[in-house]
Amino acid sequence: MGAQDNRQPGGISRRTVLGAGGAVAGLAALGPSMPRIAGAKEPTELTMLAWYGHGEPDAVAEFERTFNVKIRPKYYVGGDQMLALMAQSPPGTYDIIHADAEYVAQLKEAGFLERLDPADYPFDDFWPELRRFDGHWFDGELYAVMTRFGFLGVSHNTDAVSEKEARSYRVLWDAGVKGRVGHLDWHLPNIACMSLYNGNTAPFDLTDAAWAETKTTLLSLKPQIRGIYDYGGLLSALKTGEVAVVPGIGDWITGVLARDGARVTTTIPEEGGLQFTESFSIGRGSRRAELAREFIRYALSPEGQVRQAMLKAYPALIPSRSGWKRLNDLHPDEAKRQRMALNGPNALDDIRRGRIHVRRLPVRQSLEDWNDLWSRYKNA
Amino acid sequence: MTKGPLALPVRLRRALYGALWAAPMPAWQLVFFAAPFALLTALSFWSVRNFRLVPDVSTAAWDWLLTTDYVRDTLLRTLAYAGGAAVLVTLLAFPAALAIAFVLRPRARAAVLALLVVPFFTSYLVRVYSWQTFLADNGIVNAVLRPLGLEVAGMLNSPFAMMVGYATLCLPLVVILQSMSLLAIDRTLIHAAHNLRCGPLRTVGAVIVPAARPGIVVGAVFAFILCFGDFVTPLYLGGGKHPTLAILIADTVKAGQQWPRAAVVALVMMAVLLTTALAALSFAYRRRGS
Repeated sequence: MGAQDNRQPGGISRRTVLGAGGAVAGLAALGPSMPRIAGAKEPTELTMLAWYGHGEPDAVAEFERTFNVKIRPKYYVGGDQMLALMAQSPPGTYDIIHADAEYVAQLKEAGFLERLDPADYPFDDFWPELRRFDGHWFDGELYAVMTRFGFLGVSHNTDAVSEKEARSYRVLWDAGVKGRVGHLDWHLPNIACMSLYNGNTAPFDLTDAAWAETKTTLLSLKPQIRGIYDYGGLLSALKTGEVAVVPGIGDWITGVLARDGARVTTTIPEEGGLQFTESFSIGRGSRRAELAREFIRYALSPEGQVRQAMLKAYPALIPSRSGWKRLNDLHPDEAKRQRMALNGPNALDDIRRGRIHVRRLPVRQSLEDWNDLWSRYKNA
Repeated sequence: MTKGPLALPVRLRRALYGALWAAPMPAWQLVFFAAPFALLTALSFWSVRNFRLVPDVSTAAWDWLLTTDYVRDTLLRTLAYAGGAAVLVTLLAFPAALAIAFVLRPRARAAVLALLVVPFFTSYLVRVYSWQTFLADNGIVNAVLRPLGLEVAGMLNSPFAMMVGYATLCLPLVVILQSMSLLAIDRTLIHAAHNLRCGPLRTVGAVIVPAARPGIVVGAVFAFILCFGDFVTPLYLGGGKHPTLAILIADTVKAGQQWPRAAVVALVMMAVLLTTALAALSFAYRRRGS
């Protein structure tokens, strides 16, 4: 009778409840020692400072499993923010640093990077055009290894602007796209596209006369402009069709939209396009430099390169030949879409024909001059 | 005789007790206003070399502020937008506040005031983003207007869209402030006006508005302050085409880490806000006829 009184409506006795609670408490107490009993080792933590997406599972899960590592990414938006984060952090905070080429020089100059041994990385497997990227070598010593790159030109909605029309920056001034030209809010690629349109073969190295001409060209574009957007804003404006054409961006934006079925693409104009170059470096004072090196080697392995090419956050071209081969084997459609065909015309032809200029900081003017022009343009 | 030596410690204790209660406010002001303000002022004289701030005594940032035409244009534009938004929101809020204070019954009034707080449950950024869905060329507003043949192109990225964003930011707050102010009006004044054969419009103009002036002005000042420093609306509804000082600050920092330039713009913004707020409040609480 007494035992029956103790029963809960569902037929569970107080003793059962207490017993289960005790078991849970016991398990919780054993918890911390469980992995040791099972013989598993706590994963080592590897810190990474990167653009969004580079520390996500699609990029790092396989490496984490193989090396029993947990990658802890800290994401930044823009090289300036990355430099500021580095300047504020004690040495050794970040094991792996992912950077755009124009900022590698700043990182090196500030003493934020470890010197790398070129023998550790498969440069022989790189396409010859990409084997020795100037922006990563300083006095004959290596500080960063290229893992991805991409071209910037004219990105456009194919319903509004044909590929043929997009083969010249002239299309930006076309009456048909008045009020439908957009910009990504960053002075460097936008001004460089104007410089290319003016026929400057070194778009970042401008004489005073060429600089004055570039200013005039840029300011003349303002009546065509729909908006000057951040990354998310531009994605949405291109997707809805509000913006028909955007200079100075590339497949890293249109590729993401095309994956979702948007009718957008990027064309490299005859006047030339720009190249962004992403790399991994090892942070000065890293206590896990060996593992960081392994990660960079993984990113350059054929499997790693395929993941780099197809990164969910944004796609890009890859420098390794075996990476191209593996991509063609596993994902022929993506290889074709990104023009990474092993035989026949491919993206490298643009470099070979001298149409691609590496994006860099201004040579003769200061960065403030370029930034001032951009602010003036926004205010025009 | 014994009072003398004892009186001092008691007085001292009282003073200490008073000081203890008074201390948090000046301490807060010192830590979160005076010290950052001093740092901001110092920063405006520093230099940037290789993307890094270097302590210095340079007037380069101030020279840039005083000699660059687009900085002046941006300041004037920001003043115009924030001022315009403050006036617009005040005018839009007033009929609503009037209805809340004088038309609604107490229970309905409480419910409406509670509903006015609801927009603050969602992030302002999210609310502004959702306006894009409404105002885009293929958006919800045009979907409604198109069958009527009233389609409007280019609503987004325009001063109109920015006013919508600013109203989203501060309209509920201004309605609440105005309602509180109208509810505090002595009703006998209104009855007196009616007894003296004052019509509804004249009652509002001659009795209600003057009596509620502090609340109306404080609401407008709040709207001005919020809109003047807002970054979200000019970026997401103005499309970055109508840059304000907040956008200019972001631009100077984003490219080249020009913190000294950002500091001088911030100092100018503080000066403008302080001047406007003080002028408006002195107007709000000025005695009639003085």
